[in-house]
Amino acid sequence: MAKYAFFLGCIAPLRYPGIEKSTREVCKALGVELVDLKDASCCPAPGVIRAFNKKTWLAAAARNLALAEKEGLEIVTICNGCYGSLFDAAYELAHEPELLEEVNKILAEIGMHYNGTTKVHHFAEVLHREVGVEKIKEKVTNPLSYQVAAFYGCHFLKPSNIKNIDDPEDPSILDELIEATGAKSMPRKQKVLCCGAGGGLKAAFGDVAKKFTETNLENMKESGAQYIIDVCPFCHLQFDGVQKELGYNIPVLHLSQLIGLSMGMTAEDLALSAHITPVTL
Amino acid sequence: MVTPNPEFAKEIAAAGGEMVKMCFQCGTCTAGCPSGRRTSYRVRKLMRMAQLGLKDEIIASDELWECSTCYTCVERCPRQVPIVDIVVALRNISVAEGHMRPQHKGTAKNFAKIGHTVKVDDKITALRGQIGLAEVPPTVLANEKAMADVSKILALTGFDKIVQE
Ligand code: SF4
Ligand code: SF4
Repeated sequence: MAKYAFFLGCIAPLRYPGIEKSTREVCKALGVELVDLKDASCCPAPGVIRAFNKKTWLAAAARNLALAEKEGLEIVTICNGCYGSLFDAAYELAHEPELLEEVNKILAEIGMHYNGTTKVHHFAEVLHREVGVEKIKEKVTNPLSYQVAAFYGCHFLKPSNIKNIDDPEDPSILDELIEATGAKSMPRKQKVLCCGAGGGLKAAFGDVAKKFTETNLENMKESGAQYIIDVCPFCHLQFDGVQKELGYNIPVLHLSQLIGLSMGMTAEDLALSAHITPVTL
Repeated sequence: MVTPNPEFAKEIAAAGGEMVKMCFQCGTCTAGCPSGRRTSYRVRKLMRMAQLGLKDEIIASDELWECSTCYTCVERCPRQVPIVDIVVALRNISVAEGHMRPQHKGTAKNFAKIGHTVKVDDKITALRGQIGLAEVPPTVLANEKAMADVSKILALTGFDKIVQE
């Protein structure tokens, strides 16, 4: 059975606990064992903390990576931001010995050390590569008939030269995972347009971020999508939070919640009450 | 008056943005930039300004903070310029020189205080309990010693200076 260190991040546990809950349930049902990565901090967020001070970002990320290394486990994340941060940090530290040495001087002050070996994965990538669409189909007890919009976000697939998961301009793995539940992923314009929240944009220039989101919502509406399916709690928060004022009403579910639903999880267990845009199933 | 500053190139390189010199100004990045389509931010122009060393213009500008780090440009750049890394390097310099958005300072403070960039909300804590999750997630939030370690990393890397008023 596959076994991973489960990295929670911030937005899932502290805003959308249903994403955490459904990830745990879905992984259990699919034979993926999750071990809590205890004592982890924020990844730290690539758009803000890395932009403020790269040294802090790298050292704090290295601490998270070292916690997993000590357990002898590879990391799985449920957020594109966490994935982007930890993957990039792990990549830099594995390829630049001087950086690793510098970071280890800092970690030594807290009695830790990082050898540079931790691998970092995204939940959706683990489901697609390791579990496989067929196995998910077998576990579906409540096939869904929704028409949905697959939202990949940015840091799941990009930069593609180091991530190598799918074609960043025309990806399909999320569509395939979605369709395993019986739902139909609707084709639409600008499928890989950023939600707008990343890079600190949501916090600093929320109106600009909303313009990105609005284009996405318009394209989704035009496609006939009844739900937005994301793989990132930050994209999730952006779509969930700004829709009302933009005049849209398309409920948002994380992939883990969609698969959870197809396996019979209830609205309570998915903590849909935490969603701002009402989710009616 | 615009004053090019050759020393700035060294500063950018030290912050991890050395590859900016590879840019040959084709404009592919701006053509696909979702931010540029919605704001006055022009990523090709930013790369040129960085090459020329127009430090003051760059570090005080709003445009520097209008990139969403979506990587569209990085995927398409024919010179493999690591544009997002360069934007990050420029932002690090901008922050070090005191140009930080108040909202960003709030996020930074939250991270320094609890090790997460999102605040703890009582309603969500209760909801976690209701659905059978630990009310306090098993992160730094559940272990003071772990939080002390994170704080030490922040102090050792100069982050505490950023969150000061
Ligand atoms: S696409 Fe690359 S080479 Fe062309 S202007 Fe942008 S950064 Fe420069
Ligand atoms: S990463 Fe930034 S500069 Fe590049 S296309 Fe996206 S928003 Fe524009």
